[in-house]
Amino acid sequence: MSALLEVEDLAKYFPMKRLGGAGRIVRAVDGVSLTIGAGKTFGLIGESGCGKSTLGRCIMRVIEPSRGAVRVEGVDLAALSPANLRAMRRQVQMVFQDSTAALNPRMTVRRMVEEPLLLHSTFDRAERRDRIEHVLEQVGLGTDLADRYPHELSGGQKQRANIARAIVARPRLVVLDEPTSALDVSLRSRIVLLLERLREELDLAYLFISHDIATVKYLSERIAVMYLGVIVEQGSAREIIGNPRHPYTRALMSAVPIPDPDIRPNRFVLRGEVPDAAITVRGCRLLGRCPMAASVCTEAVPVREISPGHFVACHMV
Amino acid sequence: MSLLEIEDLVVHFDTDAGPVQAVDGVGLNVEAGEIIGLVGESGSGKSVTGLAILGLIRPPGRIVRGAVRFEGNDIVGMTEAQRRGYRGRRIALVPQSPRTSLNPVITVGEQIARLSRLHGGASRGDAMKRAISLMEQVGIPDAGAKARQYPHQLSGGTCQRIMVAMALTSEPRLLIADEPTTGLDVSIAARILDLLRDVCVRTGSSIILITHDLGVVAETCDRVAVMHGGQLVEAAAVRDLFRHPSHPYTRALVASIPRIDADIELMPIPGAVPSLLRPPPGCRYAGRCDLVMGRCRIARPPLVTIGAGHMAACFATGAP
Repeated sequence: MSALLEVEDLAKYFPMKRLGGAGRIVRAVDGVSLTIGAGKTFGLIGESGCGKSTLGRCIMRVIEPSRGAVRVEGVDLAALSPANLRAMRRQVQMVFQDSTAALNPRMTVRRMVEEPLLLHSTFDRAERRDRIEHVLEQVGLGTDLADRYPHELSGGQKQRANIARAIVARPRLVVLDEPTSALDVSLRSRIVLLLERLREELDLAYLFISHDIATVKYLSERIAVMYLGVIVEQGSAREIIGNPRHPYTRALMSAVPIPDPDIRPNRFVLRGEVPDAAITVRGCRLLGRCPMAASVCTEAVPVREISPGHFVACHMV
Repeated sequence: MSLLEIEDLVVHFDTDAGPVQAVDGVGLNVEAGEIIGLVGESGSGKSVTGLAILGLIRPPGRIVRGAVRFEGNDIVGMTEAQRRGYRGRRIALVPQSPRTSLNPVITVGEQIARLSRLHGGASRGDAMKRAISLMEQVGIPDAGAKARQYPHQLSGGTCQRIMVAMALTSEPRLLIADEPTTGLDVSIAARILDLLRDVCVRTGSSIILITHDLGVVAETCDRVAVMHGGQLVEAAAVRDLFRHPSHPYTRALVASIPRIDADIELMPIPGAVPSLLRPPPGCRYAGRCDLVMGRCRIARPPLVTIGAGHMAACFATGAP
């Protein structure tokens, strides 16, 4: 597999400054490594506060990571000058959950989709117009909506406009942060199918960040599970869904409701709730919630490859 | 007599352009002790139906016709004062977003206690004791300390448990849970659903669970009613609905969701819910249906029994 994106030991720490938190540090992302191959979809799942969106933003360098490397086609983004970083940004684009907030309310769809071309291409006016119309067609918006403003679009149309803007400059990787979570059921499946078709047509790779495990399973080739800033398990979608090994992954999978009344998964329940992200832990972060915990779990957790490509960070597996 | 009998309920919302026909002829019974799921897309009329049961349709909304009989008494014909005797007491709501439903400047214990005092006339001290006991019942650990906290200090899951505790204050016979797990993480959502089922078993009350998530329905409900465009299109025991979905809309809904237990080809539901301002005269699903026939566009298919406890409204698959 040729690596399109390599993330190595990426970390993002947020110092807490306000009310009672002064001097403490939130380790939102704490040493994450992953690799995404060209044209592949990599799913990233985890619950609120696990750091999955922060990781996505660090990869985009919307926020600066505290440490670690992000390499796109072998080039470390952190080492690039601002001008070179901008050129590299063409390769990596992002789609956000809140499709309304992500669109400029004062720009038409056409103008917004044109923006990346003005930044990243040498196209003249006619070339830009052709590309924009082609891309709008590709995402199923139709050129008759091109001159509308965001408030004149439905939720599904807005998300299509966001996708059009992300792909118009022909990136290699798109970071999708909960792109379907705010949509109604029937729209969700259409956007999922659209993303899948675009990936095939344009040879895109996706980092698909979501808490919707069934949708991640549908789209992804590989899946990583995050908990409190670290990846606890990573493997092929089939392995992670069908043979989850880390206690956190098992708990997550057994909680997904299945639309079949005859299948009642045995719930694997963790104690309590996700703790304050500012706590410092030695050893396993699931300690205290995990029914399998033993004394060894207070020590640093090794990441082990339990079958080819399936990595688990747990003393007890 | 069923606990709740909804008969030919029609709810319109008046706009400058004309009435939006949000609920159109819904009929449904809820038995004591059962959990019934009300499913459909946005705009299917499921939440408006819930509001009508609570007697909360306010202008520009109006109940055009129909009856909502709770324990034999028609809520539609009641005065507001009479409705207050039911709402929050006999019928309670668990809303979708607990954080916005809770008062941010009052401790959660006090918010529950105030309801006890309102409904039961308990003293301040007794009401707080009861609030803490209710918080324990809904599975909040360390309830005494949590009762003194404000909503922003608690997690989303705990806030939703507080909402359930508030709904249980007056020992209602019917809970209306409107998307109670939407926006919660899966493991938290699973526990809220376990809690609702547990409440149902322990207190013998019934629950109407309004949701767009068929997984939640399969996991939690005894019976399901499927709504589309303000109309009830199918109702059945949960197993029958998933094993033998009859109405094309129900089938489309089941085929449109990715699932973790099987590899399926995703089939999005074609088209969109029709405008309820001027809905098509016949079946409101006709414009999206792959089995549509000429008469579907002219006449509205009646809801007919197609099996034991299984009803559907479709000319192509059952209705005469």
